[in-house]
Amino acid sequence: MIRIENVSKSFTLHNQSATEISVMAGASLHVPAGECIALVGASGSGKSTLMRMIYGNYLTASGRILVDGVDVACAEPRDILQLRRHTLGYVSQFLRVVPRVSTLDVVAEPLMITGTTRDAATAKAQSLLERLNIPERLWQLSPTTFSGGEQQRVNIARGFAYPYPVMLLDEPTASLDPTNRATVLTMIKEAKDRGTAIIGIFHDHDARDQICDRQIDVTGFTPGLAA
Amino acid sequence: MTPLLKVQNIAKFYGNRIGCRNVNFDLYPGEVMGIVGESGSGKSTLLNCLAGHLVPDDGAVLFDTRTDGLKDTVTMPEPERRMLGRTDWAFVHQHARDGLRMNISAGGNVGERLMAVGARHYGNIRSDAIDWLGRVEINETRIDDHPTAFSGGMQQRLQIARNLVTGPRLVFMDEPTGGLDVSVQARLLDLLRGLVREMGLSAVIVTHDLAVVRLLADRLMVMKDGHVVETGLTDQVLDDPQHAYTQLLVSSVLQV
Repeated sequence: MIRIENVSKSFTLHNQSATEISVMAGASLHVPAGECIALVGASGSGKSTLMRMIYGNYLTASGRILVDGVDVACAEPRDILQLRRHTLGYVSQFLRVVPRVSTLDVVAEPLMITGTTRDAATAKAQSLLERLNIPERLWQLSPTTFSGGEQQRVNIARGFAYPYPVMLLDEPTASLDPTNRATVLTMIKEAKDRGTAIIGIFHDHDARDQICDRQIDVTGFTPGLAA
Repeated sequence: MTPLLKVQNIAKFYGNRIGCRNVNFDLYPGEVMGIVGESGSGKSTLLNCLAGHLVPDDGAVLFDTRTDGLKDTVTMPEPERRMLGRTDWAFVHQHARDGLRMNISAGGNVGERLMAVGARHYGNIRSDAIDWLGRVEINETRIDDHPTAFSGGMQQRLQIARNLVTGPRLVFMDEPTGGLDVSVQARLLDLLRGLVREMGLSAVIVTHDLAVVRLLADRLMVMKDGHVVETGLTDQVLDDPQHAYTQLLVSSVLQV
């Protein structure tokens, strides 16, 4: 489902004396449907950069990033948007929402934009929030005022609302208590069982060992650091 | 899929000064495009050229009309362009009083656009107006008040209702949330997002507020001195800006 071939990336900081930083070179990997791989490596080694390149957030300097046959590295914006709507899900570490929109609507949105009726989308959102132990009295409130752990669970609920065939998870269990952590791990396993290809970053070693089939050390893709 | 709007090589000069130059893009149905840049960068000039308020000195603006498909709106006859302005297009001005008639009632403001496309049944017009006032969260008891009696945020919402009542396919917005306080801005953004999704609108939004485009726009175009310096997916342009000016723009935003 995800195939990365010889990808490189550099940042040019025009306003800081045009410093050019090469952050990735020769990155290649392949994730088939139903497999979960973990990106590992020290802070700053390029795990998140690679995830953002796959999501189309960061431009790719060279190489190919194929997600379900679409080359994200050179696709048109509208093709990437289409891919994100139906194929590629991303659970980031931080929740970014329009102020004033209720939690229920935030979670239901990915379903609504893919054509699910409001009732069905809301029902699915309710069951996800219930499963992740977000108290019902908070559902009509905007998640902007929630605690860190609550926001993360809302983010996860939103990310899992639509059954994407490819998912990127950036530390999905970082600020969760043991009960919710277990729930999230079960949800990831369920996604794997229905054939979702997953790339994740997990600092939580135990979680990583439970759900990941393979680990890929991105230090090998970092120019100057590669052994 | 045919683009709804195809902009080719648009240029507008004010004497020797460049208003905007060499602008090209395609906008597809359901897509929202943001245009950002500092004041004087040519954003509004471009928007006015696209919406037929200014005549560009060069280039073509092709719109996918219901009857004849793609047609250049720059060279089409004035009556036809005016018809588009009343039906398939909408224009939301930065200052609501530029887009409203201040001396007729709120209901009249909404009803005028309906009458311009042939609605004549007064009862239906009024009920449509009430429906739209409700959608933009204006209480129906205010239908007979003049916009002068409204707050700035309400005037802006009334302007949006007036523009969307005829079910346009393309909306041009010039700083729709400019000059509003932040809580009203949030309400308006939420409203606009909902309307764009429910009605499948396409929109071109000019703003200098990067937070607004991140929430509303699918794609982003960055302008400086009349030129387009960068285009791309909104979050890509904001998270991984390539051009020196965009990097400066993104890094200059104050964190709250």
